[in-house]
Amino acid sequence: MKEHQDYIKDIAEIRSMMERSSKFLSLSGWAGILAGAYALAGAWISYSVYEFNPNEPFYSHGQLHQVILLAIGVFVLALITAIYFSKRNANSKGETIWNSTSQRLIANMAVPVLTGGILILILISKGLMGLTIPSMLIFYGLSLFVAGNFTIKEVKLLGIIEIILGLASVFFIEYGLFFWVIGFGVFHIIYGTYMHFRYER
Amino acid sequence: MIKVNVSFDDLHKAFESRVRLGIMSVLAINDSLDFSALKDLLGVTDGNLASHIKSLEKEGFIGVKKSFIDNKPNTKYSMTLAGKRAFDNHLKALENIIKSQK
Repeated sequence: MKEHQDYIKDIAEIRSMMERSSKFLSLSGWAGILAGAYALAGAWISYSVYEFNPNEPFYSHGQLHQVILLAIGVFVLALITAIYFSKRNANSKGETIWNSTSQRLIANMAVPVLTGGILILILISKGLMGLTIPSMLIFYGLSLFVAGNFTIKEVKLLGIIEIILGLASVFFIEYGLFFWVIGFGVFHIIYGTYMHFRYER
Repeated sequence: MIKVNVSFDDLHKAFESRVRLGIMSVLAINDSLDFSALKDLLGVTDGNLASHIKSLEKEGFIGVKKSFIDNKPNTKYSMTLAGKRAFDNHLKALENIIKSQK
């Protein structure tokens, strides 16, 4: 006959199995902190080196190519960092990062991310540089909101914050870069620090 | 010792093993999973998992669907209605036991 403790363990096992099979739990706080740092560095370079500061919807800039390449660089670097730390996290738990939950997470994030990406390309081609920052924040926020269903729920909250910042930045379009710094820089660092202390220590 | 007035008969024998309990837990929230996904989640060997799957299959608690993906055999497992009922009853029984012993 099993003991009381065994039944509680049974329930704990059921709970952990259900969570592990439906949620991707290998995201790391460090990835968030570093992504925020890259964003701050990228924004600082584009502002101080290239003097990029879109303050109206139609905004043209002499060194647009460099700024776009810089933005892509920040994005790719953040992505590589996220994959690296997730992999490290998963390995330490004896799991793999390419599993049914991570596939579901990526497939669901892909829709808002690709929609936003295409929209931004169209905006750039029409010269509407000033609207690219709000679009980045809003569509990134939407993808995080969806991702929150497949990983820890705090991601959902971060998504809502990014969406609000994105909408606010359409209203105060002259402060676009400032909103970008808050959304991609500051809040990633806050979120990453929170994650690190909440889940990794 | 507290007198327990909850029937332990409600606990299904098939779920005494943690592996079988794990299989039922993950199939309760995923429509279907293949062998390797189950193996990753439960962290058990091929042979061990296969034998537990077989016994659950015999009880009629899980269904098997075989197909081919890129010419490789792929077997998907899912929970049957009988399996869902038995698992729900098992959960209720566990809950009652824990409540009564508090």
